[in-house]
Amino acid sequence: MPEEPVAVVGIGQTKHVAARRDVSIAGLVREAAVRALEDAELTWADIDAVVIGKAPDFFEGVMMPELYLADALGAVGKPMLRVHTAGSVGGSTALVAANLVAARVHRTVLTLAFEKQSESNAMWGLSLPVPFQQPLLAGAGGFFAPHVRAYMRRTGAPDAIGSLVAYKDRRNALKNPYAHLHEHDLTLEKVQASPMLWDPIRYSETCPSSDGACAMVLTDRTGAARSPRPPAWVHGGAMRSEPTLFAGKDFVSPRAGRDCAADVYRQAGITDPRREIDAVEMYVPFSWYEPMWLENLGFAEEGEGWKLTEAGVTELDGDLPVNPSGGVLSTNPIGASGMIRFAEAALQVRGEAGEHQVDGAHRALGHAYGGGAQFFSMWLVGDTPPTG
Amino acid sequence: MTPHRPDREVAIVAFAQSDHRRRTDDLSEVEMVMPVLHDVLRQTGLRTSDIGFTCSGSSDYLAGRAFSFTMALDGVGAWPPISESHVETDGAWALYEAWVKLLTGEADTALVYSYGKSSPGSVRDVLTRQLDPYYLAPLWPDSVALAALQAQALVDAGATDEPALAAIAARSREDATANPHAQLPGARPQGEYVVQPLRTGDCPPIGDGAAAVILAAGDRARELCARPAWIRGMDHRIEAHSLGVRDLTDSPSTRLAAERAGAFEAPVDTAELHAPFTSQEVVLRRALDLDESVRVNPSGGALAANPVMAAGLIRLGEAAARIHRGDSDRALAHATSGPCLQQNLVAVLEGDSDA
Repeated sequence: MPEEPVAVVGIGQTKHVAARRDVSIAGLVREAAVRALEDAELTWADIDAVVIGKAPDFFEGVMMPELYLADALGAVGKPMLRVHTAGSVGGSTALVAANLVAARVHRTVLTLAFEKQSESNAMWGLSLPVPFQQPLLAGAGGFFAPHVRAYMRRTGAPDAIGSLVAYKDRRNALKNPYAHLHEHDLTLEKVQASPMLWDPIRYSETCPSSDGACAMVLTDRTGAARSPRPPAWVHGGAMRSEPTLFAGKDFVSPRAGRDCAADVYRQAGITDPRREIDAVEMYVPFSWYEPMWLENLGFAEEGEGWKLTEAGVTELDGDLPVNPSGGVLSTNPIGASGMIRFAEAALQVRGEAGEHQVDGAHRALGHAYGGGAQFFSMWLVGDTPPTG
Repeated sequence: MTPHRPDREVAIVAFAQSDHRRRTDDLSEVEMVMPVLHDVLRQTGLRTSDIGFTCSGSSDYLAGRAFSFTMALDGVGAWPPISESHVETDGAWALYEAWVKLLTGEADTALVYSYGKSSPGSVRDVLTRQLDPYYLAPLWPDSVALAALQAQALVDAGATDEPALAAIAARSREDATANPHAQLPGARPQGEYVVQPLRTGDCPPIGDGAAAVILAAGDRARELCARPAWIRGMDHRIEAHSLGVRDLTDSPSTRLAAERAGAFEAPVDTAELHAPFTSQEVVLRRALDLDESVRVNPSGGALAANPVMAAGLIRLGEAAARIHRGDSDRALAHATSGPCLQQNLVAVLEGDSDA
């Protein structure tokens, strides 16, 4: 049964900042949604359904906030679906929305993800005590640091790789007007001199806490034909999940990530991702995850990811730019971060990424992960409709 | 609104639920979910590795911790990794997401499950946290008080009265005597007012429970089930959040979802309605134009067992099970979310006519 091709015709983001005290949660999400509609030159009446995602409700202290947000997102009288798959949620939400179009249930769907972290405290939102289970070790950094150490030991990667990633992403962010961190005076030396938080992860190698939202308008072939600007076409999308903790789990390169990427490449007809993909928006909340995911996603052989980073391959002007937008290291409204990766990949193939545009980006990968490196969602978008 | 006819035949082929209990201090969420997962898999002979897509529904606020669904996923046995998603709402919406996935053709089978334990906290207090966080939630209006506003609006409009509500309560609990999973089966007094005009009998029990369903497409469904419950249409709609801008005696979102699902194209013989309060059955019957010929909530409905986050999925499962057994040929299933029926889902299920 052939699916309807899915096109991204509208993208909107808020300017991500530490605290948006000037708007409510509703005001924040509406800002991104309105920008996505304006980009698509559509109105609320053109939207058939809304699919919304965010990370845990404890982050804002609102249970099932989609109920309260129905009015702000023009969803009254429409279907509204709420997705929650931990840190991968922004990506999963976009994929659920894309499926509504692909299955021909709806023609034009608004999808949105957000986090207003300033409403409460994310670290403690993640650290509610549960009997007989290990706590998250003072936030996500404590959970992931040992796995970074394992990667370094396994591959022999030099200590400096992490700081190269952070320095690159923060410089890329200077070209992205929506990025949270704009550190104009940052130097590589300053990254390397920043305080050690969770050895080997330094302060400047960690993501910020942001308030922000990201929205996209997805539509079918007919809708795409009316798009005022070039659409991005979805060539493949997949989700994979594996258990949190078990003896066979490889935290350095989880199988769910490898399987998810393989499924997306199969759908998109990609056989050599390193050569066939022009830009990658990768979920890198701690800098060392760039070389780790380069291997997990098939861009480098096992143990070789850090060499691409070291050689400058992943720089904005390298031959496989990773996180031209500045990535999660520069902007992290948690529930929205995955959707920002998907949206930035779409911006690249639409040629609409502005100063951080990768020249000649025909195919781009958006990637998100969450939980204990156990939930993955990815899509591959291109500047031409999928064939077949 | 014209009905949407799905391009692919998809059916509910198996359904299982826990025995719903006032409290389950002896069980973790995973321990509560595992038996129902095993049950639906056993019914179909499928193993986790045979399932094309898995989707669950639950709420972190009930569990009292972030990412509470991750532990339940461990219980599913997600190794090797599975294609999986989760909605932070009633499992009926997880079933909707899985149905859409099957309609794309990317999967032929799906496992859907949901669960909720209301017993560790005060569910009336917890549900206040889903209200507008700036204007409404700070007042802590609880779910029974809000339902009572709706009930009073119905009484004032002449749409029902207290004896009629009591009759709904009595019929539901009487029907539940045939449901071995029900928490409140059999005759019981209407009791005192909880919040006027709602008495104890008009309100659902507080309890813990889980449910699971397997969906399959086309011939796969026929292989797995003697009489599949085909999903002829399914849709859901949301209304404004603020109670002040809604007519609480009506449910336009239910009617819209039913139209889109094709519910009005032919009569249904059964309706499983997710109406935790007696007064909400009155609203839903009106919105769905159900007359006395339709068997409403033969399971006893949410008045007999209301595991929050699973009660909607159970309505779909109960309707499907009646089709599986040959007790129904065309059934309507409904699920709700939010205060005073803010968000509503309707599915139309049919069995093959016996040839």
